Amino acid sequence: MTLNGWLQIILVLGLVLVSVRPLGLYMARVFEGQKTFLSPVLSPLEHGFYVLAGVKPDKEQGWLSYTLAMIVFSLAGFASLYAILRLQAYLPWNPQGFDNLPPDLAFNTAISFLTNTNWQAYSGETTMSNGSAMLGLTVHNFLSAATGIALALAVTRAFARASASTLGNFWVDVTRATLYVLLPISILLALVFVFTGSPQTLLGSVDATTLEGAKQTIALGPVASEEAIKQFGTNGGGFFNTNSAHPFENASALANYLQIWSMIVLSTALLITFGKMVGSERQGWALVSVVGVFVIVGIGAVYAAEAWGNPILNALGVDPTLGNMEGKEIRFGEAMTAMFAVVTTGLSCGAVNAMHDSLMPLGGMVTLFMIQLGEVLPGGVGSGLYGLIVFAILAVFIAGLMVGRTPEFLGKKIEAREIKLAMLAVLILPLSMLSFSAVAAVLPSVVATLGNAGPHGLTEILYAYSSATGNNGSAFAGLNANTPWWNTTLAIAMVLGRFAYVVPVMAIAGSIVTKKRASASAGTFPTDRSLFVGLLVGVILIVGGLQFFPALALGPIVEHVLMLSSKTF
Amino acid sequence: MLTHLRPALVLLALFTVLTGVIYPLLITAIAQATMPYQANGSLIVSKGTVLGSTLIGQNFTDAKYFQPRPSATNTPDPKDATKTIDAPYNAANSSGSNLGPTSQALVDRVKAAIEAKRAAGVSGPVPADAVLTSASGLDPDISPENALSQVPTVAKARGLDQDKLRALVESQIQTRLMGIIGEPHVNVLKLNLALDGLS
Repeated sequence: MTLNGWLQIILVLGLVLVSVRPLGLYMARVFEGQKTFLSPVLSPLEHGFYVLAGVKPDKEQGWLSYTLAMIVFSLAGFASLYAILRLQAYLPWNPQGFDNLPPDLAFNTAISFLTNTNWQAYSGETTMSNGSAMLGLTVHNFLSAATGIALALAVTRAFARASASTLGNFWVDVTRATLYVLLPISILLALVFVFTGSPQTLLGSVDATTLEGAKQTIALGPVASEEAIKQFGTNGGGFFNTNSAHPFENASALANYLQIWSMIVLSTALLITFGKMVGSERQGWALVSVVGVFVIVGIGAVYAAEAWGNPILNALGVDPTLGNMEGKEIRFGEAMTAMFAVVTTGLSCGAVNAMHDSLMPLGGMVTLFMIQLGEVLPGGVGSGLYGLIVFAILAVFIAGLMVGRTPEFLGKKIEAREIKLAMLAVLILPLSMLSFSAVAAVLPSVVATLGNAGPHGLTEILYAYSSATGNNGSAFAGLNANTPWWNTTLAIAMVLGRFAYVVPVMAIAGSIVTKKRASASAGTFPTDRSLFVGLLVGVILIVGGLQFFPALALGPIVEHVLMLSSKTF
Repeated sequence: MLTHLRPALVLLALFTVLTGVIYPLLITAIAQATMPYQANGSLIVSKGTVLGSTLIGQNFTDAKYFQPRPSATNTPDPKDATKTIDAPYNAANSSGSNLGPTSQALVDRVKAAIEAKRAAGVSGPVPADAVLTSASGLDPDISPENALSQVPTVAKARGLDQDKLRALVESQIQTRLMGIIGEPHVNVLKLNLALDGLS
């Protein structure tokens, strides 16, 4: 680890911190229906959309109707994306002449993009036409992020309102999230990405003659426009196979700063939006602090593990100064690779600027663990907010048990129904991650698809199901995931992780919104102080993390110990 | 359910047009008009021929050129399409090795690469990036230490003075932006172009 490495990490964190408040307050205005500086341009467009779609913006929905709207919208998106991928050979913008995707890969990719997972069973530059990238992947990058934001708003309104029955209008929230938040910032980001070196063209590739006279075909396409929303919407499905490690997606150290900034800023700003809308910005900052604790400790752990280098290779004569450089790019270095890796897994983005399969055992374990904790840190756009709220509910419940008082969060009484639903949501993640992994690990046909033997192979399986269930989308990519088994089971895991999680959460919101708001008294446990921040960190670690420890011990931890004794597989 | 069908389908169609057609085409139009160099892949063109992209590494095998990092990219085997063969710096199929830290294949590969370096006369610790593959397989850069360690080999192959060559490498080192941002590196294609200009 170097001082300059930490300076860079602090610099990017600082950039994020100064941006979250303006963005968070702006979003609060947008979703409370107030006028913003973009309204003169966007308001006519927005209302035109409502008229065509038959949406009455003033008509609000209860939790069930809101959730159903979300599910219908997702199903329509799935059908449309599946069709585009299956028919890409007949659609425009296919200069590469790519064939239609096979059914299992199209199914997996369609599920993956509509759940905001963006698992890459596909390899961008060898399977996806420019048309599929634009009409399919880019569109669903916007819509799955907008859906996540909408759900987060519904949960927010549950706490912001008292004795009410509705949570907002799903169609209005999705439309406003896309028009007022995602689109304007993506336009700016895309242009800056072009400036740093990302191509933006409708050509498929260009042929070069290298200095040694060989032919090199360089894949191109509308990269920057997809890249912007891929990062800003915490989607993470790359234009290219190697995602943000590819120089055309992430061209320089400065581009990398912007990539990290754009993936963390929106989810974190939503915590401020939450605070503002429930009437306590301080509550928002308390949640930001929880995120900060996990992100900073995580970065430190990965940075330390990677900068140390691989002792087996160092013993062969490799200079340890640069750290473990297998699967990493020179222009980013260890510090900004570690930061990217932790932010992308903590946030459920899933973009990668290094190959996580080649991380050191403990470095890889931290990224895996960040995914397994659930979408809480602060999760994919929107989903992080509600992931965090579920844990906050559990935290006040545990605090209530300790002192023998009825738990309250933001003046709302937390009762048996909410706790049951919260536990249901929290248990779905390990159930899917661990059960699928356990089955896969004993199937010989699955083990044959692994890229590495020994405990690292088990980690590949664990990572795949954790990433799919956590709707993350990054991978230990040595695993050949483009097989019918993986495409199908991972798609099921993605659906469980998104929908089986969100339905109980929305049911909680539906029950919370009807409750009266109790005013704070001397006996109220304050949820905007450091004591609560510490408690919440502890609850996330114990409730969200402990059940994964045995699996981690068999994978990365045992690999680390074996590596120290120079054992290879 | 049915009451939700119309908004779902209509909004999906409208957003597909807005974010899937208008947005990328708008960005393409602005980028092509104002930043055509970057928008078309940062290409180096000489006398009508595209020599490569400054952002994409190239495979160099000749001893008279500075060597890039080893690359894990591949291409379908022309004899058997279900298999792949090594094709370093295949810019139409980016890929990392995805070998884990305790992989025997990784150890064997690094051992062979270090032996090759030793045979070329490199002594002492070998720069990590000279024997370890990048994430994309297309990393255009190497570390300054790696570039400097290759000076004797290239000087010998070209019959150039080592000090002159070292000065060339040093002039090609890109330092940290404002002294903080990024890592020092050397772009191999630019260095080799400058080298051809020198001879």
